[in-house]
Amino acid sequence: MPVPVEGIYGMLAEFDTPSDLVRAAQAAYKDGWRRMDCYTPYPVEEAAEAIGFHKNKVPLVTLVGGLMGLCAMFSLETWISTLAYPLNVGGRPTYSWPAFVVPAYEWTILFAGLSACFGMLALNGLPSPYHPLFNAPNFRSGATDDKFFLCLEALDPKFDLTETRAYLESFGPTSVVEVEY
Amino acid sequence: MATKDIKPQDPMIDPLTGEFRVLAPGQTFKSVTAKISDIVLTPKTSLGFLGFLAIAGSVAMLVLVAVTWLFLKGVGIWAITQPVAWGFAIINFVWWIGIGHAGTLISAILLLFKQGWRNSINRFAEAMTIFAVVCAGMFPLIHVGRPWLSYWLFPLPLTMNVWPQFRSPLLWDVFAVSTYATISIVFWYMGMIPDFGTLRDRAKSKFAQYVYGLLSVGWRGSVRHWMRYETASLLLAGLATPLVLSVHTVISFDFAVAVLPGWHTTIFPPYFVAGAIYSGFAMVLTLAIPLRKFYHLEELVTERHIDNMGKVMLGTGGIVAYGYGMEVFMAWYSASHWEFFMMWNRMFGPMGWSYGVLIFCNIAFPLTTLWVRKLRTNIAFMFILSLIVNTGMWFERFVIVVTSLYRDFLPSSWGTYRATKWDYATFVGTLGLFTTLFLLFVRFLPMIPMNEIKMMLPAAKITPKTETAAGAGD
Repeated sequence: MPVPVEGIYGMLAEFDTPSDLVRAAQAAYKDGWRRMDCYTPYPVEEAAEAIGFHKNKVPLVTLVGGLMGLCAMFSLETWISTLAYPLNVGGRPTYSWPAFVVPAYEWTILFAGLSACFGMLALNGLPSPYHPLFNAPNFRSGATDDKFFLCLEALDPKFDLTETRAYLESFGPTSVVEVEY
Repeated sequence: MATKDIKPQDPMIDPLTGEFRVLAPGQTFKSVTAKISDIVLTPKTSLGFLGFLAIAGSVAMLVLVAVTWLFLKGVGIWAITQPVAWGFAIINFVWWIGIGHAGTLISAILLLFKQGWRNSINRFAEAMTIFAVVCAGMFPLIHVGRPWLSYWLFPLPLTMNVWPQFRSPLLWDVFAVSTYATISIVFWYMGMIPDFGTLRDRAKSKFAQYVYGLLSVGWRGSVRHWMRYETASLLLAGLATPLVLSVHTVISFDFAVAVLPGWHTTIFPPYFVAGAIYSGFAMVLTLAIPLRKFYHLEELVTERHIDNMGKVMLGTGGIVAYGYGMEVFMAWYSASHWEFFMMWNRMFGPMGWSYGVLIFCNIAFPLTTLWVRKLRTNIAFMFILSLIVNTGMWFERFVIVVTSLYRDFLPSSWGTYRATKWDYATFVGTLGLFTTLFLLFVRFLPMIPMNEIKMMLPAAKITPKTETAAGAGD
């Protein structure tokens, strides 16, 4: 593990357009940076591609959640109707599975949907009310409004206070600031 | 597309395609943020808004009064009796839940079809869904007469050792509607997380910063987060789409599974779903048209939106018309005595007026006028039309419930139905409740998704190399 620079989270460059951000991110990734992230006010797929983030686990979590819901409800219905409280309705079989499909289907969607949302939050490490980036003076006024940020993090072995700043400035950003913990 | 009748200088027309623009030109990231978040963050609340809220709130109080009286006296204060054992309660339930469906349709199905125009209207349409489900859910709950025992519907291990009956469509309803409500809320909230981040960062007051900060769960717009967020949105949309169809299908089973003439029909699931979307879009129009006027959102909710919603209504209205036609056809073609009498009685019996209202409001008026583009883009006309369709769809449920029930197989068991003042009070009260909730939503939550609008702006396009990229650090 590389030793992080004391008290510094990373170096943050601010751009005015998404295109500038994407180009800078692509260049940095090509130059061997790995501990980095982009911050944008709306999803910029190209920026995620640029920093090497292609796949995520949300679909898997959703699938597992959905299957759990399906099994849970179908077994519950079967158990209730055949063992716990068998009811003879007009001589119909107690295990009348076609009737069980509807609630089982609803629970598949319920569990899958909840897994998609909460799985997304968990994989993103949210909720996390504190993050060092919020210390950057320009971050909060821009990252959720109209500015695009590239952060090279101090944990990256290539990180160096002066060199990284110069490197980021070579992309022509609006500003480059240090982000403190 | 017909473009001849449109002035070429109109800024709302794209000169390249001749189509209506989705967004007015000249929007920037900053202007979008400012326009939408300022509605929420302004500390001043206009007197007009407070007036509306006061009126809506007072009407909502009717529910409280009506329900209190109901709990004291029992469901006998309603007009329900034999043979019409389901009166306003199920009519309103089905009507309200149908209203909700357009919200999910806009947010889910149109997202899957990559319809960019949905972005301006999806947030408040989703809000509409949730508030409509709130109003809908109330009716079956209070209709059971002892709502404090409604937990019996859930499969909980209770001391009585009695479990719910999973072969009943009424129980399926419990699962369908509760799932629908939950997923709608989750979808709605998740969609707002990034916008809460924006509000947190723009809020001036400590309290607003704290509340929106809490709601935004620390969203900071990392592209990794965004990608997972986008995947989750798409998945939720993919899950909500069959959910919407299933919910109204299950509700139609409540009727279709019965053997009663007028209910016992296989056309119900698709016809109910189409009707739900039809009335839902009508309600979106009813809400969107005044909203864009009062909050000056004409640049974001444009004529194109109104026009497109008109087209969707034309399509779904057509399906509804087919459903009505098929009901009549099957009454004749099935050669069933009872079925035929039901239809005859529905059209020409003592309650035939309700069928007339239904045909006029849902078929005759909208389906002849919505073909005309000039009318579809006429805002005042569309507002009136949306009110008419909403009324018509309420009457559709009235016709299905009352005119099927009040004269069934045996003349000895015939009766009639006349709603009492408590029926009306509860119904009108839910209209007030819905409006109150919606007004509060408009005041405190971002009613248009900022991040989704920003994605549609020309500035969001990633251009290949430009002069800025080549320039070294200045």
